[in-house]
Amino acid sequence: MIPEIGFAAITVALALACYGTGAGALGAARHRPALVASAQHAAVGIFVLLAVAMLLLVYAFLTFDFSVRYVASNTNRGTPFYYRITALWGALEGSLVLWTWMLAGYTLLVVAFYRWRQREAYPWVLAVLLGIMAFFLLVMTVPASPFQRLDPIPVDGRGLNPLLEDTGMITHPIFLYLGFTGFTVPFAFAMAGLIRGRLDEAWITVTRRWTVLAWYFLSMGLLIGGWWSYHVLGWGGYWAWDPVENAAFMPWLTATAFLHSVMIQERRRMLKVWNLLLIILTFSLTLFGTFLTRSGIIASVHSFTQGTIGAFFLAFIALVLLFSLSLLAWRADRLRGQGELDSLISRESVFHLNNFFHVGVTFTVLLGTVFPLLSEAVRGVKVSVGEPFFNAVSIPIFLALIFLMGVGPMIAWRRASWAGLKRNFLWPVAIGAAGALVFFLLGVRHALALLTLGLVLFVAATMVHDFWRGTRARMRAGRGPVGAMADLALRQNRRYGGFVVHQGVLLVALGITGSQVFSVRTETSLRRGESIEVGRYQVRFEGLEAEEKSNHFLVTGVFTVANDRHVMGRMSPGKKFYPQEQQPIAHVAYRSGWREDFYLVLGDFSRDGQLATVLAMVNPLVSWIWLGGVVITLGTALLVLPGRRRDA
Amino acid sequence: MRRAVFGAAPIGLVALAVLLLVGPGLAAEVDEEEVRRIAAGLRCPVCQNLSVADSPSEMAKQMRQLIRERLAAGVRPEEVVAYFTEKYGEWILLAPKPEGFNLLVWTLPFAGLLGGLVGVLLVVRRWSRRPAPAAEAVDPAYRERIKAELDRLDGS
Amino acid sequence: MSWRRLWIPLSVLPLLGLLAYGFRTDPRAVPSPLVGRPAPPFTLTLFDDGALRLDDLRGKVVVLNFWASWCYPACYEEAPVLEEGWRTYQDRGAVIVGIDIQDTEEGARRFIEQFGLTFPNGPDPRGKISIDYGVYGVPETFFIDRQGRIRAKHVGAVTAPLLRERLEALLEEPA
Repeated sequence: MIPEIGFAAITVALALACYGTGAGALGAARHRPALVASAQHAAVGIFVLLAVAMLLLVYAFLTFDFSVRYVASNTNRGTPFYYRITALWGALEGSLVLWTWMLAGYTLLVVAFYRWRQREAYPWVLAVLLGIMAFFLLVMTVPASPFQRLDPIPVDGRGLNPLLEDTGMITHPIFLYLGFTGFTVPFAFAMAGLIRGRLDEAWITVTRRWTVLAWYFLSMGLLIGGWWSYHVLGWGGYWAWDPVENAAFMPWLTATAFLHSVMIQERRRMLKVWNLLLIILTFSLTLFGTFLTRSGIIASVHSFTQGTIGAFFLAFIALVLLFSLSLLAWRADRLRGQGELDSLISRESVFHLNNFFHVGVTFTVLLGTVFPLLSEAVRGVKVSVGEPFFNAVSIPIFLALIFLMGVGPMIAWRRASWAGLKRNFLWPVAIGAAGALVFFLLGVRHALALLTLGLVLFVAATMVHDFWRGTRARMRAGRGPVGAMADLALRQNRRYGGFVVHQGVLLVALGITGSQVFSVRTETSLRRGESIEVGRYQVRFEGLEAEEKSNHFLVTGVFTVANDRHVMGRMSPGKKFYPQEQQPIAHVAYRSGWREDFYLVLGDFSRDGQLATVLAMVNPLVSWIWLGGVVITLGTALLVLPGRRRDA
Repeated sequence: MRRAVFGAAPIGLVALAVLLLVGPGLAAEVDEEEVRRIAAGLRCPVCQNLSVADSPSEMAKQMRQLIRERLAAGVRPEEVVAYFTEKYGEWILLAPKPEGFNLLVWTLPFAGLLGGLVGVLLVVRRWSRRPAPAAEAVDPAYRERIKAELDRLDGS
Repeated sequence: MSWRRLWIPLSVLPLLGLLAYGFRTDPRAVPSPLVGRPAPPFTLTLFDDGALRLDDLRGKVVVLNFWASWCYPACYEEAPVLEEGWRTYQDRGAVIVGIDIQDTEEGARRFIEQFGLTFPNGPDPRGKISIDYGVYGVPETFFIDRQGRIRAKHVGAVTAPLLRERLEALLEEPA
């Protein structure tokens, strides 16, 4: 019975979404408040119905209702309690429910915030949001119903994909989806503006916080995904340029470009078309990500399911792109920006470059991701485009972006004077160069690493320098140093919140550089009692242990580890054998430190426990990447604080 | 409950625990960096998107060993790579060889960047020459405020 | 709308077309460059002692099957088909050879026993043979003609009609 109720809830929600889209649009076009109000009720109804559907699905998971196909293919009787809940988004069907429910939640927030404040745009925004929800609900009813029955009812389920049985799986999708769905709101506002032909800056100022928050969630989703990969997949890496990683990365890139370029539009009323384009692209790319994951057209670690769903998504992407771009083309006449650039050496032009590079990387990633298809279509030859390509092409662009990150926030608007440039950049450039030199003298010979270090120091120095000057100015006015700093940060929270986010990005950049360039790894077989040295670590193999878990069998190797100073204790990397999987799943063991992580993966072993292969890695600075995530969180918090200086 | 692995563990599960172990190092010393460099450029056939260097799979391990053996036997690195492409096709290279049609993927990003840069420069030049539109198009109060804020930012 | 600006929406069509084309391809099916080329020689140490050299089979049609005991269900589906094929065609000059890869000896022996396989089977402990044949996964099957050339590669479980058709065609050819 329960699955039928769930399915009915989704079907009714679909009907409501279709009605709401029409009612909202008609109400907006004909100025009929009653119609708009009914669309509003539809939105509330969808939210409630989806919440019910979600709870029913969770209930089915908790009670092991294997008559539901989704439950049977994503749990079995051994699945631990928490993972039975997270199994909700363990595969496509449930993820869609969660995704749409989030979208409905965002829609309610829009209703709550903008019903009165944005009376003109609001009905259109509502109609667009409901239309997008209608698509997702359609997918949930036709090709990917989470409540589809299974007949005959199996005795036990297939079990969750063991890779997903991890804490990273609890948070990674939530953040990612919050980010993806978050961009729907600015997109809807942009569309409302285009439809109405009112193309002032209103939609940008209204949606600034949405964009920042969606960007933040997406950033965290990416970072947590990296962390998950690092501690689950057992290869010591966090990013593989997998097509689906790329698919989540591309909207992040365009969103980052958008966050920066809207500042130009807010201040200088330039780049109107461009900003609309960026938000259209960002939204379409979030759809594209789901399309790539689920269509199975490109092989990837994330391709869990396949089916007709890909066709639905492609059709919707086509619809969104053609509709929104046609609107844009139609309205382009009204979108002449007050283009006016006084000098090439100015903040405007640095921001232009910033945007340009972000979009350049996006294009590169997109090209690399679809190139295998292109090659097959044109030449009939399958090729691969992977890490070596993406690294080679994107690293120079990223370095340029880091450089701009130092210049952009400091250089004057309109026209920078020589004196100003000298005042702002002399010290930071000196510090960056000196830092690179020091590392060179310390024995770092890797050119790219030196360049990155120098650039990171330069950027950090510009920010410290700027913040110090601001603080000093306030101290002269008689404030204490701490009070002056707090006052400065809070008064100009957008500026300094941005700085903090930038510092977080720098930490991530350092972490990536350190771990990519200076990682050391060894793989050897050890007899019991034998030891090896890796970097400054000594690892001794003590033996094997085995343990039966609720849904898998865990074999761990016991190793005692010491570094050059002291004994660090036991580390127990293992392998998990799941009955439903052919290959065992790695269970890595690692110790994190500021300087480096020491990372062990158990390879093959002999059954008598006398011999084991172990992969030992020293990964410098990896923890700085995660620390960067924390700093980005702090910066975002400062950024979205209601500023004392009112937003423009 | 912990116990030794050779205890009464479920047979089906432990049978999976692969016995095969690669023997000790070979006679000739091989530059491990070279092995890694070659392996990093090859796609692990049984994985989705990992290189032979990164993949923990059995097959990748066998391939690394094969690379090591070939290098020890004095085979040149390019020939080792060529061997793999001969067996698996171009697909196995993680970065497409920069020749023929593949040149497109290598050059387009940079061509795009260059073209875009030129485009931006042209637009910027046009904008900087274009006479400022009637200043009143912008709300004067708004403009004043921006100016005040900018001055404050620059001056502070 | 000014028609000149139509290029803005239309510019996404090629990409959409390419993605639509993607539905027609299978990213997992990678054609082998070895088809049409001489089969790489190897010597296989068999599970029931003795060895098998591919060169010794020149003049016969060889079906080379890569499998593993953990490859469920495909390998389990095709095992009876291969055994049946071996019994039917061995007198007509066809040989079926099984190569067990990435497996335990124990599991492999149990697999052979379970299906009562009588055609020659042996392990590939270092992966040499499978890499030499550009094997991606299991099961994969190569059809080698009387001249020792690879004529076809099949990915996934071999079915009885497929085996019959391929073998009949290759056996027709003169030695």
